[in-house]
Amino acid sequence: MSDITITERQAGDVTILDLQGKVTIGEGSVALRTTIRRLLGEGKNKILLNLGGVGYIDSSGIGELVSSFTAVKKEGGVLKLLSLTQKIQDLLAITKLLTVFDTYDDEPSALSSYN
Amino acid sequence: MSNTRYIELPSVIESVEEVANSADEFARSRGFGDEIIFAIDLAIRESVANAVKHGNRFDENKAVQVTFSDTDEGLEIQVRDFGTGFSVADIPDPTDPENLLKANGRGILFMRSFMDEVEWSNPEDGGLVVRMLKRR
Repeated sequence: MSDITITERQAGDVTILDLQGKVTIGEGSVALRTTIRRLLGEGKNKILLNLGGVGYIDSSGIGELVSSFTAVKKEGGVLKLLSLTQKIQDLLAITKLLTVFDTYDDEPSALSSYN
Repeated sequence: MSNTRYIELPSVIESVEEVANSADEFARSRGFGDEIIFAIDLAIRESVANAVKHGNRFDENKAVQVTFSDTDEGLEIQVRDFGTGFSVADIPDPTDPENLLKANGRGILFMRSFMDEVEWSNPEDGGLVVRMLKRR
């Protein structure tokens, strides 16, 4: 069984990915990468990652967030983060990546930021 | 109940989860709390992943050896691989602005951030040992 479930929703031209589970070395990171690459291939480059259901992330998962961010930016798009748990916030703070990602606590605010 | 647990695993990614589960069970059985267990779990996963990926380079003929010890100071963990070793000083600082967008290189930062002591040594018969301590 995979460590992560990724559910895709569309809100206007923003694609929301609801992540549930672990984003860790191996399947979790690969699943996220595959999904992001597919969306970019479909021309969907406004992406909001909802991490509210992510109970655990390791350095490989953090690295995958960064890779996703740069891949989306390279395609002229924007990737933002929604509903960080306290632990994920702590990890992003330690790595100074809170200075890189736009993060939001609620979905309406996140969606309106794309306009 | 033994104060030490030793496990030896193949150099595959699945070993990361196996060691983490064993560490969780070991730490809980000795009364460590959730915050400490979270730190231990993160450090174990990062160190075993490093041993599998960068140490043994996924060579399944090379083992990853892990020891947990419940000591007077706290929970001590040693992870050994049989690779060519490395110098921690050569690892770029992942928080340096020029490295912020790199995909790799944050594992050691996490180990140092969440554990009270982290040190590396190169045994004479090869490989690399990382020793970590989390105080109670």
